[in-house]
Amino acid sequence: MSARPSRTDFRVDLGFRLGTGALAVLVCLIIVGIGLVLARQSWLSIVKFGFGFWRGTTWDPVSGEFGALPFIWGTLYSSFLALLLATPVALGIAIFLSELSPRALKQPLIFLTELLAAVPSIVYGLWGIFVLIPFVRRIQIATPAMLKKLPLFSGPPLGVGMLAAGLVLAVMVVPFIASVAREILKAVPVNQREAAYALGATRWEAIRMVMYYARTGIIGAVMLGLGRALGETMAVTMVIGNNPQVSWSLFAPQHTMAAVIANEFTEAANDLSLDALVEIGLVLFTITVVINGLSRLLIWSVSERAPARRAVRKPAPALAA
Amino acid sequence: MALQVTARDTRRKVLSRLVEVACGAAVVIALIPLGLVLWFVLKRGLPALTWAFFTGMPQPVGEPGGGMANAMVGTLILIAIAGSIAVPLGIACAVYLTEYPKSRLSWAARFAADNINGVPSIVVGIFAYVVVVLPFRRFSALAGGFALGVMMLPIVIRTTEELLALVPSSLREGALALGATRGRAAWTVIVPAALPGIVTGVLVALARVAGETAPLLFTSFNNRYWSTALTQPIASLTVQIFTYAIAPYEDWHRQAWAGAAVLIGAVLLFSILARTVTRRLERMHRP
Repeated sequence: MSARPSRTDFRVDLGFRLGTGALAVLVCLIIVGIGLVLARQSWLSIVKFGFGFWRGTTWDPVSGEFGALPFIWGTLYSSFLALLLATPVALGIAIFLSELSPRALKQPLIFLTELLAAVPSIVYGLWGIFVLIPFVRRIQIATPAMLKKLPLFSGPPLGVGMLAAGLVLAVMVVPFIASVAREILKAVPVNQREAAYALGATRWEAIRMVMYYARTGIIGAVMLGLGRALGETMAVTMVIGNNPQVSWSLFAPQHTMAAVIANEFTEAANDLSLDALVEIGLVLFTITVVINGLSRLLIWSVSERAPARRAVRKPAPALAA
Repeated sequence: MALQVTARDTRRKVLSRLVEVACGAAVVIALIPLGLVLWFVLKRGLPALTWAFFTGMPQPVGEPGGGMANAMVGTLILIAIAGSIAVPLGIACAVYLTEYPKSRLSWAARFAADNINGVPSIVVGIFAYVVVVLPFRRFSALAGGFALGVMMLPIVIRTTEELLALVPSSLREGALALGATRGRAAWTVIVPAALPGIVTGVLVALARVAGETAPLLFTSFNNRYWSTALTQPIASLTVQIFTYAIAPYEDWHRQAWAGAAVLIGAVLLFSILARTVTRRLERMHRP
């Protein structure tokens, strides 16, 4: 029996590669397909309203007036608020777990932070309605009158509103940022730390060096959290109040892009209002794909498991003898 | 010259200590909400978890009791549809990624999978609505299952790929040296070696999509009656929790908490299972 690969073997190999490769192509097509399907379905609204869609502040499906500014505003405001709260905590966790934690604590803590990401968003929403909102209302009532004159804290103490949404979102994105940032820190070569210590750095100074070394990846991790926050639907819609308005107030009930789709999609009375909602979805899709894509590239550029192996660095030229 | 500890050195040391403490505090801060969520779900959900909750049907407003039997069966049907779409496709795709890890297509597929993973679930819902609901003019279990399948696909691909990569390449080389084709080596040697991990990965992915609500709102919709028909709207645990949570009835709130307890229980169970299995696998394959 000859050990040389036969012609059929070659064909079988090729078939295997093409067959499984077709599925890899399918995965690429799905992401493109989602974009195309949404664009086609929202065409009516895109043509009719143009850019005015994103400047208008009135959303009234009954009279056929569709202005999506309040939703964009709510989505951006709640997401950045969440990131503001979540980033320091998440980076703290990442640093603790990768640099400081005692060995015995490490695995259990990783498990617990990942559990935070596994809790379904509907459960966060339920908890938000019945536990967080009453708590936020108490904070709002306790806010001194002086502060309430500021636009940031104006409005009646309803409980539901931007603050509650920001808090829930922050809880939900912390595990994402933390776990990616931890992977990134893990990928930093040990000799970076050793070099810092050899120069007499304290622990924090060494960590700062490591953070600086991994900065692109860490930015990527935070952006990944942003992508999550922008698209989060259920927990937000349950606590934000679903009131389309552009307001700086943390206490004001507002609305987000994902929330308006969740609330009004099944009630869209005519083609135009359906298309307007799909257009909001299309923009949400585009924003998240761009942000996720960028953050992936940033993360991959640092993390050891870069998909396309970076070109092997040329060895330093030998010292001229 | 003797080294002197200056005031500046002390400051640096103190600062370093402070940052270390702050990082530890960050961990505690993040675990507080986790503890609170689990505590409230247990406190309010467990008392409502009666036998009737698992066997009964939703009651009309004002009639206490009843349960979510239809919703639980609905969720099982939905994730079964999702799994039958995502598992075969996902595993085959992951095999391609591990067998040809450096091809340009692999790079693109990984990038696409990570991007699908990042697409907001509500947008996946719209996608399924346009592709499955509109042509048939009807909300259906199939549409919901399709939406969940799309969400599940990247999770299956990435976890399977990770697990396949853990299998030592000496196994593959051995198979190839015995004259196996690449496909045969993959399906009869590499995949079986990682199978326990892949099975748990799939279970975790199923648990993850079982907790999704947004993509179901306008695909599988909801159903207050017993239905297992794939072409009809179907109830699901998550949508039912949502409906009950935003309704003003005390009894419904209790049921919503009970539903949340069931969800959390499933998530906990599968997370712990996954953790034990992957750790065992890692220990087995560590060089």
